[in-house]
Amino acid sequence: MDNRSFRKKLEQLAEDAGNPLDRDYLERIRSLNPEINAFTEYKTALENPSNGPLKNIPFAVKDNMHAVGFRTTCGSRILQDYESPYDATVIRRLKKAGALLVGKTNMDEFAMGSSTEHSVQGVTKNPWDTERISGGSSGGSASAVSAALVPFALGSDTGGSIRQPAALCGTVGFKPTYGVVSRFGLTAFASSLDQIGPLTRCVEDARTIMSIIAGEDSRDATTLKGTRSLFLRKLEPSIAGKKFAVPIEILEYEGLEKRVYDSFMDMVERIRQEGGIVDEVSIPSVKYVVAVYYLIAPAEASSNLARYEGARFGFSDPSPNYAALVKHTREKGFGEEVKRRILLGTFTLSSAYYEAYYSKALRVRRLLNKELSDIFSQYNYLINPTCPVIAPKIGEITDPLVFYLMDIYTIAANLSGLPAASVPSCSVNKMPVGFQIVGPRMKDMEVLDLAAAVESISPFFEHGLAPIPERWSA
Amino acid sequence: MLQAVIGLEIHAQLLTVTKAFCSCSAETFGETVNSAVCPVCTGQPGTLPILGNGTVKLSLMAALAFNCRINRRSFFDRKNYFYPDLPKGYQITQYFRPLAEQGFIDVRLGNGQKRRVRINRIHIEEDAGKTIHEGASSIAASRDRGGTLVDLNRCGIPLAEIVTEPDITSPREARLTMETIRDILRYMSVCSGDMEKGDLRCDANISVVDTEDGKSSQRVEVKNINSFRFVEKALEFEFERISEAMRKGHQITKETRTWDFASRTTISMRTKEEESDYRYFPEPDLPPLEVSENLIDKTRREIPEMPDRKTDRFIAEYGLPEHDSTVLSADRELSDFFERAAGLTGKPKETANWMMGELIRILKEQGLTIGQTLLKPEHMADLLDLLDSGKISSNNAKEIFPDVVTTGVMPSEIAEEKGLHQVDDEAEIEVAIREAMSANPKAVDQYRSGKKGVLSYFIGAVMKKTRGRADPSIVNEVARRLLENE
Ligand SMILES: [Zn+2]
Repeated sequence: MDNRSFRKKLEQLAEDAGNPLDRDYLERIRSLNPEINAFTEYKTALENPSNGPLKNIPFAVKDNMHAVGFRTTCGSRILQDYESPYDATVIRRLKKAGALLVGKTNMDEFAMGSSTEHSVQGVTKNPWDTERISGGSSGGSASAVSAALVPFALGSDTGGSIRQPAALCGTVGFKPTYGVVSRFGLTAFASSLDQIGPLTRCVEDARTIMSIIAGEDSRDATTLKGTRSLFLRKLEPSIAGKKFAVPIEILEYEGLEKRVYDSFMDMVERIRQEGGIVDEVSIPSVKYVVAVYYLIAPAEASSNLARYEGARFGFSDPSPNYAALVKHTREKGFGEEVKRRILLGTFTLSSAYYEAYYSKALRVRRLLNKELSDIFSQYNYLINPTCPVIAPKIGEITDPLVFYLMDIYTIAANLSGLPAASVPSCSVNKMPVGFQIVGPRMKDMEVLDLAAAVESISPFFEHGLAPIPERWSA
Repeated sequence: MLQAVIGLEIHAQLLTVTKAFCSCSAETFGETVNSAVCPVCTGQPGTLPILGNGTVKLSLMAALAFNCRINRRSFFDRKNYFYPDLPKGYQITQYFRPLAEQGFIDVRLGNGQKRRVRINRIHIEEDAGKTIHEGASSIAASRDRGGTLVDLNRCGIPLAEIVTEPDITSPREARLTMETIRDILRYMSVCSGDMEKGDLRCDANISVVDTEDGKSSQRVEVKNINSFRFVEKALEFEFERISEAMRKGHQITKETRTWDFASRTTISMRTKEEESDYRYFPEPDLPPLEVSENLIDKTRREIPEMPDRKTDRFIAEYGLPEHDSTVLSADRELSDFFERAAGLTGKPKETANWMMGELIRILKEQGLTIGQTLLKPEHMADLLDLLDSGKISSNNAKEIFPDVVTTGVMPSEIAEEKGLHQVDDEAEIEVAIREAMSANPKAVDQYRSGKKGVLSYFIGAVMKKTRGRADPSIVNEVARRLLENE
């Protein structure tokens, strides 16, 4: 394959619309995917693309989004053979724009995890060091984009599942304001938190994808009006005069690795040099985000995953009666982490504990919203490291709580529905570190503006694109 | 004295074009099983609910007709439980904040009195599919054995759940309340009101209170009551069962029972301890339901005069008895017909009599509504005209009426065709009487010797000869004259 083609942004790639780009990528996926296991399924031949701005550009989506002609497994045994009966809205929009869906990417089962180790399809590895995790739960998408097996991919983000793997694999990841992108066709994990977004090799590409997938959808009542047009203008990267808030609660978190802290402070220094005003602020409820998240997300998940009971679709364990069918199908069909969260959610929603847990979590969520909107009345952006650590070794973490805490910096944006981007800011021992930018609701473009500015001063980027790890750029 | 304390929980299927949260047709009657479905209503992964306008409008109409306070902002919630006919594993409903609260209806008790039954709440929810237990006579009996088949066509059809306060004091009142609610819903075409088909469903809560010492039994819920008659029957059975236990000093357990059609009794389904925990929580896929003042006003204007008020008006305006007013008002088509016919005939009472007697009997026999027949108010006017001017007898009028209803031909035409016009020609009647006299001289003698009762023999003979068309008063007069004077 012509190596230059992954030195180009999507808009330039699209200009080469005549190129048999897809075949090059398909060949690359076939030969390189076995080393990282980014894909759960991919095509060997593609249909003709529609005419549109992304004509002939291949892409991949996380395996929890529905696309006709593919299975949608969600990394779970219970959906291992589930054929998508329809296209998700995001897929429909990208196909209409001429893009070619080449495959589905691996993920933690039902997006519950931060490492893409918990999939029935095996572990997805980090292209920067294949002994390390790719992050999760959109690890397959991050890994595929990082190794340039596709120019871009879609992920879903419930508590950081786009941004954290993007940070660990050295790509750009963007989670839009809740309601900007339709969830129709996204297998629900926690409906009030889930949002689809792009993983790309530069901020400009993320904007390009958003300009196609964003916008109201008559099939998703939670989408917001007039959001697609937000992304139609050019990026305006600027730092001078902008005000930045850094929550002290985040810097004081004992799980924050020193080298990640140092690299974050290095970027803060660069922002100051560019004329940005950076203040430390206190957002007390940030300390509770993980607790609140692990009450709300499992509660919603326990309900969203009730439909997998073996009667209509997916894995089914033949049983003498309905109760046994449900019990056996779910016992064998779900993995440990999924079962843990279903149990947790079932417990916290039970009438005896609803007030003590779920209801209280909703109150803290409202408090967080208020504290964050107070911050945004004084600051343009909230900044922090995307993840407190660099990618751990595969199998290194066994305590689920340690995983839960890896999302400590990303969860607030989901709980408050805010737009957030992760941009690689540097490398530590050749492993990427992500820098997170959070903005006020509906200020998605402003978040991307700053992300583009960070990209331009980040030592990680080469010629405006995230570099491809050596092994994959040959 | 022991008295029943009854509250009803009513589910009314709304007559919307589409299902509540997808664009499948809501008219699934007669459809092949599992054909009126889509990825949304079968709970495929990744699908989302979209609330249809029709559902909001019809439930709002019901809420206004039941005099409820409308919550300008209400919310949807999920009720979680596993059942084969519930594809998502949860039902979308409104638990924490319903569409409407604090309403009431006035139920006529038939003796000129009304019972005000307060409405606790009205909320929107989606219907489940149908579970068919193979080879079992009832759901209760087949819970753990036999094959189970599921038809998802009904899944997602919108329901309005109407919950009354426990203001009902007898099984009969409960039936009357159900009928009143049915009438109101049907009036607005909000629900077909057909209990046998399951378009309208009723669960009842009953407890019994001893009015002397104020002691009350535990509350029992009776489910699966599938006709208006059974509302009364099931509650009568329960009232007796509970009363009996109380008289014997036995405890009544708080439980859910099901009406068993076959045995005409109620059977225990589950006790309080076996109740599921539905784990209600806010439905994250649907934004709050905002109802504007504008929509409320617009909907209010579309609500027709309700049966109760119409009944009062019919009594006052047309001088009808309460019973007739109630029956005619209960059905919108029937009451509209009555008003138009009464206007044409100028005789509301006679019009009502005809409708109450002959017309309703024919409709019942043929299983039709008045709109499904060819009968027009003009027919009623023509008929009453014929009767009034003595052109046909009332017996003959009754004879031709079914033809009028089914053919739509004017009564005067049918009477003409059948030669039913009353014979009021004295000469013709005289001929007939003379014939009868010569045929039976013995009877003539009897009359003349003082047995005046024999007169009816001659009248009968004339009526027979003229096939009932002779005017009885003329026959009477002529027969008397001939018998006495000759
Ligand atoms: Zn449907």
